[in-house]
Amino acid sequence: MLDAGQQGYTTADGRRIGGVVMEMRNITLRFGGVVAIKDISFDIREGEIRAIIGPNGAGKSSMLNVISGFYHPQEGEMIYRGARRPPMKPYQVARQGIARTFQNIALFEGMTVLDNVMTGRLNHMKASILDQAFWWGRAQREEVENRKRAEEVIDFLEIQHIRKTPVGRLPYGLKKRVELARALVSEPKILLLDEPMAGMNVEEKEDMSRFILDVNDEFGTTIVLIEHDMGVVMDLSDRVVVMDYGKKIGDGTPAEVRANQEVIDAYLGVSHD
Amino acid sequence: MAHNDTSRDVPQSVPALLARNVAQFGGKPAYREKELGIWQSWTWAEAAEEIEAIALGLLALGVARGDHVAVIGRNRPALYWSMVAAQKVGAVPVPLYQDAVAEEMAYVLEHCFARFVICGDQEQVDKVIELQDRVPQIEHIIYLDGRGLRKYDHSKLHALADVQAEGRAARPRLEGELVTREGALDFASTCVMLYTSGTTGKPKGVVLSNRNIIMTSKASSEFDRLRADDEVLAYLPMAWVGDFIFSIGQAYWTGFCVNCPESADTMMTDLREIGPTYFFAPPRVFETLLTSVMIRMEDAGPLKRAMFARFLDHAKAVGPKLLDGKPVGMVERLIYWFGNLLIIGPLKNTLGMSRIRVGYTAGEAIGPEIFDFYRALGINLKQLYGQTEASVFITQQPDHEVRPDTVGIPSPGVELRIAENGEVFYRSPGVFVEYYKNAESTAATKDSEGWVATGDAGFIEDGTGHLRIIDRAKDVGKMADGRLFAPKYVENKLKFFPNILEAVVFGNGRNMCTALINIDLTAVGNWAERNNIAYASYQELAGHPRVLDMIQSHVEEVNRSVSGDAMLSGCQVHRFLVLHKELDADDGELTRTRKVRRRIIEEKFADLIAALYSGKTEQYTETAVTYEDGRLGKISATLEIRDAAVVGDHATGKVAAE
Repeated sequence: MLDAGQQGYTTADGRRIGGVVMEMRNITLRFGGVVAIKDISFDIREGEIRAIIGPNGAGKSSMLNVISGFYHPQEGEMIYRGARRPPMKPYQVARQGIARTFQNIALFEGMTVLDNVMTGRLNHMKASILDQAFWWGRAQREEVENRKRAEEVIDFLEIQHIRKTPVGRLPYGLKKRVELARALVSEPKILLLDEPMAGMNVEEKEDMSRFILDVNDEFGTTIVLIEHDMGVVMDLSDRVVVMDYGKKIGDGTPAEVRANQEVIDAYLGVSHD
Repeated sequence: MAHNDTSRDVPQSVPALLARNVAQFGGKPAYREKELGIWQSWTWAEAAEEIEAIALGLLALGVARGDHVAVIGRNRPALYWSMVAAQKVGAVPVPLYQDAVAEEMAYVLEHCFARFVICGDQEQVDKVIELQDRVPQIEHIIYLDGRGLRKYDHSKLHALADVQAEGRAARPRLEGELVTREGALDFASTCVMLYTSGTTGKPKGVVLSNRNIIMTSKASSEFDRLRADDEVLAYLPMAWVGDFIFSIGQAYWTGFCVNCPESADTMMTDLREIGPTYFFAPPRVFETLLTSVMIRMEDAGPLKRAMFARFLDHAKAVGPKLLDGKPVGMVERLIYWFGNLLIIGPLKNTLGMSRIRVGYTAGEAIGPEIFDFYRALGINLKQLYGQTEASVFITQQPDHEVRPDTVGIPSPGVELRIAENGEVFYRSPGVFVEYYKNAESTAATKDSEGWVATGDAGFIEDGTGHLRIIDRAKDVGKMADGRLFAPKYVENKLKFFPNILEAVVFGNGRNMCTALINIDLTAVGNWAERNNIAYASYQELAGHPRVLDMIQSHVEEVNRSVSGDAMLSGCQVHRFLVLHKELDADDGELTRTRKVRRRIIEEKFADLIAALYSGKTEQYTETAVTYEDGRLGKISATLEIRDAAVVGDHATGKVAAE
């Protein structure tokens, strides 16, 4: 494992990786008798691309849901920016600067791309209902500012041509991109991506990979992603956590993980007794 | 010189025109670009300030007089400014096709010895960096959109905004030099260098002087009475001479506003929002638009469909007449007005064509029905004929004299001459200076008196004085009895039928014309489905008697149309067959740009051609094919040969007698 301490380090391609922003300590999550996550610990560094991989049912999405505050682990604690994070509602987590996308796209199908992206700015709207209703000073200023941010993200992800198109009419690959736009527009510190490339063809995967790298590079956003495509994970991420049956079986750089016997077994399939 | 009569009174360079526009239209929009969903605009005064900052920045970077500055990217105001800024410092802008691969770019950059390259975005920067080993003279790369470039080595790489900032900071030091350099520009100095794509051999750098660009822009702007309040949408490649003339030449001459779309994908939305008054598009664009309109109409409700059909039919009869100023009855006018209110007007608005005063198409032949469709809507669509070497304009159609089969009368200032073999020559103030570093080609194209060979064969129509282009000069031949043979003229007519994908006409040195025809699988397949015709393969569909009947009716219709032309009536197709395989670039039958390679087809299908001329009714043949994975194979078939009716041609009798 990389041991760079809190000072961080610089990657081979010149990106600056900072200290630990979030740390999972001995997280255990149960649903009744089922143990979804069992005593897992790992950390996330500022500015890195951190992948979580593992076979189906390994608990990857549950892990992401724990980070985003959707599930509350029965045991263990989460340290965010040096302080223990109390149990929080998802909206509170979002206000802390953690945004996410979903494995099964969760957009408002009847609304346009622009409107969907604008909903991502909800946390930045402070004007009262009264202001909004009368398009009063603050509401107006905020709307302009929010629209500007939304347009910047639309430009960044190259979806200008579908700005006014209802999301329901879009193909799958573009919906994924719109979802990324909505997450991005909230200006997150940490971006959680749940299988951003599932069901895409090679070209779409390449596009999405480029966008993920660009987001990380341009805005310095820390990215935690779940992905099945090994090639993508190995190319994109700085460090990888490997899960199997709710347990962590590997953690390290892509090269280290690839050489890990337990990981190889999990992927090639070895009987569990 | 012959051009000196008026040339003294006009500004002598593009930067001089810019200065004039600032004085004359300073507060009027010169450029617009949609950015972040909003149309941003720059007045002539603001644009001039930006251009000056770039020019000063280029001076600070060390651009010398006569340097070539390559510009690569999609249409954006800043890239147009960069070209004018390069002119200001005495350098020559060289716009390149942005979709060119690195390999093609290498040749051009090497050939013009560009020391400076201005790129639109990371994609272009990457290509140039990739070429560094081959083109080591490149000293500085300037980019417009810095996205993804942060980690790059910036010792040779600069953001355009930084170049401008440095230029502004260095103004006190460099302003004098800039004024000197700009002052040294005159009509003879080079305005731009454009590389022709060149179907054969390496691209050639066409050097166009300020005289070429300014005199051509002046003449053509006056021809169509372009005004300072006109609007154009700049969406065609910047490396293409047409874009340079429209978006710089004519824009600077008349002072109209150039609008740049947000991205290539948003072109249609942006077109609608801007509603240009002056519009150019190649036939392909008009064709795609028409197809999308027709397909969307198919999905509309019955009432809308009926109204659309009713009023469009009426518009087709009346619209072109109204445009050409011919007399139209009161009732017909009223119906047209009504149709315009309900159908035509809204349709034009959807297409973004409500405000078009002057529209042009050129580049290749446009199907008459496509042309008529837009004319029927009341859009003043015209054709022009031009070349890079002529600074675009050779001939163009004046208002009220528009027909799909001619390319118009000589543009103002252009002289035309038809050579013995039918080749069209022209001479004009727009005639290029030379091919850069290629005296041999220059001499082969332009003679000592300034006449330029177009490589196209054509004739000037009696009575109207319109030029008609019939074919590439090298393909035009004579039939056995001495009549003119122009295969492409007939092939184009055949290809206007959606069912016919390709046609190859033979007849050079023969007593009659024959044709090999390829059906269009999509169109014919669709037709077959609707008519309950089952087929298992391309070959089976191509040989189906009802398909042959349909193709025969098309051929006969073309014959009727060709027979109306005294000069070319010999080119009617007497016999034809439908090929059992699609002509393919992989088999060497077409070029990569889908142009027919006559010689190769003649050799490959020699047995079929012999059969066409022998009077047989069918012919067995075997053809070698290359599969997509590169394997070679053979397909065999027995093809039916059909006779097509011809009109008023005595050669038929001769064949029958043989």
